[in-house]
Amino acid sequence: MRHVISALVMNEPGVLASVAGLFSARGFNIDSLVVGRTENPELSRMTVVCNGDENTLEQIRKQLAKLVPVAKVRDFKGAAYVERDLCLVTVSVGPEQRSEVIEIVTLFRGRVVDVAKSSLMVEIAGTEEKIEALVELLKPYGIKELARTGVIAMARGTQQAKEEAAEKQAAGGKRKRSLNAPAQAALPPS
Amino acid sequence: MSASPTAADTAATKPAAASAKPKYKGKSGAQILHEMLVTDHKVDTIFGYPGGAILPMFDQLYKTPAKFILNRHEQASGHCADGYARVTGKPGVVIVTSGPGATNTVTPIATAQMDSIPLVVFSGQVATKAIGNDAFQEADVTGITRPCTKWNYLIKDVRELPRIVNEAFLIATSGRPGPVLIDLPKDVQVAVAQEELDDAPREHVLRRKKTAMSGGSQKQVMDAAELINKSEKPVLYVGGGAIIAGASDVLRKVAEKGNIPCTTTLLGLGAFDEHSDLSMYMLGMHGSAFANYAVQECDCLIAVGARFDDRVTGNLATFAPHAKIIHIDIDPSSISKNVDVDVPVVGDARLSLEAMLEYVEHRDRKDWHAQIAAWKKRYPFKYFDDSKHSKPQYVIEEINKQTNGEAVITTGVGQHQMWAAQFYRWRRPRQMITSGGLGTMGFGLPSVMGAQLGAPGKVCIDIDGDASFLMTCYELATIAEYDIPVKICILNNDFQGMVKQWQDLFYQRRYSNTPMKNPNFSKMADAYGIRGIRCENKCDVEKTVKEMLAHKGPVLVDFFVEPNEHVYPMVPAGKGLHEMEMGTLA
Repeated sequence: MRHVISALVMNEPGVLASVAGLFSARGFNIDSLVVGRTENPELSRMTVVCNGDENTLEQIRKQLAKLVPVAKVRDFKGAAYVERDLCLVTVSVGPEQRSEVIEIVTLFRGRVVDVAKSSLMVEIAGTEEKIEALVELLKPYGIKELARTGVIAMARGTQQAKEEAAEKQAAGGKRKRSLNAPAQAALPPS
Repeated sequence: MSASPTAADTAATKPAAASAKPKYKGKSGAQILHEMLVTDHKVDTIFGYPGGAILPMFDQLYKTPAKFILNRHEQASGHCADGYARVTGKPGVVIVTSGPGATNTVTPIATAQMDSIPLVVFSGQVATKAIGNDAFQEADVTGITRPCTKWNYLIKDVRELPRIVNEAFLIATSGRPGPVLIDLPKDVQVAVAQEELDDAPREHVLRRKKTAMSGGSQKQVMDAAELINKSEKPVLYVGGGAIIAGASDVLRKVAEKGNIPCTTTLLGLGAFDEHSDLSMYMLGMHGSAFANYAVQECDCLIAVGARFDDRVTGNLATFAPHAKIIHIDIDPSSISKNVDVDVPVVGDARLSLEAMLEYVEHRDRKDWHAQIAAWKKRYPFKYFDDSKHSKPQYVIEEINKQTNGEAVITTGVGQHQMWAAQFYRWRRPRQMITSGGLGTMGFGLPSVMGAQLGAPGKVCIDIDGDASFLMTCYELATIAEYDIPVKICILNNDFQGMVKQWQDLFYQRRYSNTPMKNPNFSKMADAYGIRGIRCENKCDVEKTVKEMLAHKGPVLVDFFVEPNEHVYPMVPAGKGLHEMEMGTLA
């Protein structure tokens, strides 16, 4: 099962090495791993795409959260979210087929970013599936080079609002039920 | 760890008064570190070994109020600090040099990581400018130790030093404890702070401590209590986490109130008094048959600060097949890692059990206790006195008898370790000090030194094997120098006994590289200036143990024991807990 996991981490030396080391040491497979800055200079966001069953993914989440500089981990499985992967691909194509290729690229809302005598460089952003579909169509023309950024992801606004509300409620509920709460006597006997 | 505030907390919450004398300004990195260790973190014992890149720090140690123990190898420094930490509950502190000094601490750091022991290790490093240039005695120590520390730091600027030192102690001791390493370049030790420095740990580090200082949620606790009350055949399965959390008192109360039999892991030994009728001793690969049978039969398994290690569970597919599982652990990643858990209780073991105590109800469970009593009667730990040599189990029984089960025991790894676990009767926490997770041979001798320094009034005994002992035997020099009054008992069978046992059982007695030609250990001790005794005959064991205990200073006893003895019961690899080889117990 494919999962997209996002981790907010402190922007400090050794974090990437720790995360990468954790995956290799525990035998988890990574499809892609992207690290980039966020609006907060102290935090970076890591987006990891990985495969595994529920138990493996639960371990990945928990082990990530255990690392000292990891502030927050979430798995987008089952949530409303947007994911994007950016791909640059150079297609070997001469003048006679150029317009054909450009047509395909336009259908995918990609852009041609470089043209040479016998090649075209195309830029396309989208989900992994969309990129793979375009690449499939371009393959017959001959792909000279291809580079992808790997997936970044974020929850949709509605999802975020929903989660914040749930968090608030849970936090409120938790406090009431927490062990240190004075109102223990009010609890029903079990 | 304990809920008492640490120096890091106070340092974090107390703003430096502007008018007060500056705490850090005008001082060198080494000076700041030394003062922080001694004053803020109340470090009274430091282990280590000097070298080029750590010299500025050692210059500070020239006149230190703390006790510095100069080991003969950095590995021993690490294990000493580990033994000290296990016996006191305080973090062990190690200071070593760069390169080989630091890499020599990797084994003790990994040992501490596996067993959740708080260590703070300071390693020298070449000057920041030279880092990455393959300088003399340079090694990528943060890179090397990353997988085996809870966290590590490379300090690149003296201005970061106070904050990082406070964070390191906080991380090492909070939540599930573990080792933290700080790599200290030489120029950072020398650099002088030009301004007053911020020493407050950052928010995300503090938050970890706060979340770790609570018990499980009330819902989790009540679900657990309900499950326990409904169960006919519950078993408490207690690990080292209960000792770390200081939960043994409340554990006893829960067990007694609910009338629940209790077994412990190797690291959990001492968390539950084995003189109690409810105790089933240790479980697992070499655990008691009654504990293993009880786990396989139980309908509710209550794991407290234990992690379902493969040496405990045997074949996971057949582990506790009828049981609903409750798991109390402070580390969420331990829960449902190996075994699916029905009721997780995430939090401090002591606080969680205290909350649970109120809801756990007394049940008779007559049939269950009768069943366990029958197993206990049928399959006690036992051995036969059928050799001209003394049996190793007999030596341990004798030590147990003459110390009234009150001694602090450390071990190496192997047969002697398992026999110590089986034949000593553990009564209180922090009494058994052994490398469980990593299984580090050579752990016994240095850890008993650390334990003795942490518990000066107590009798501290290293029950060791000949092979384990030889791995760190150079520490006899340190013991002699500081006159650390430890007792060293070598159960000498001229073999790596546990490996031999496996070769006996699974490799047709082809003793590939397990027989060992040993030195005369008692003469060796003499040469170091330590009292050495040799005990060749079984009739002398009783009086030799007496003599050993009566000796005031350090003493080593070389007990000749039967080499062909096996540890039983034994759950062979890949088998279920109930599929024990009973060997001589059958």
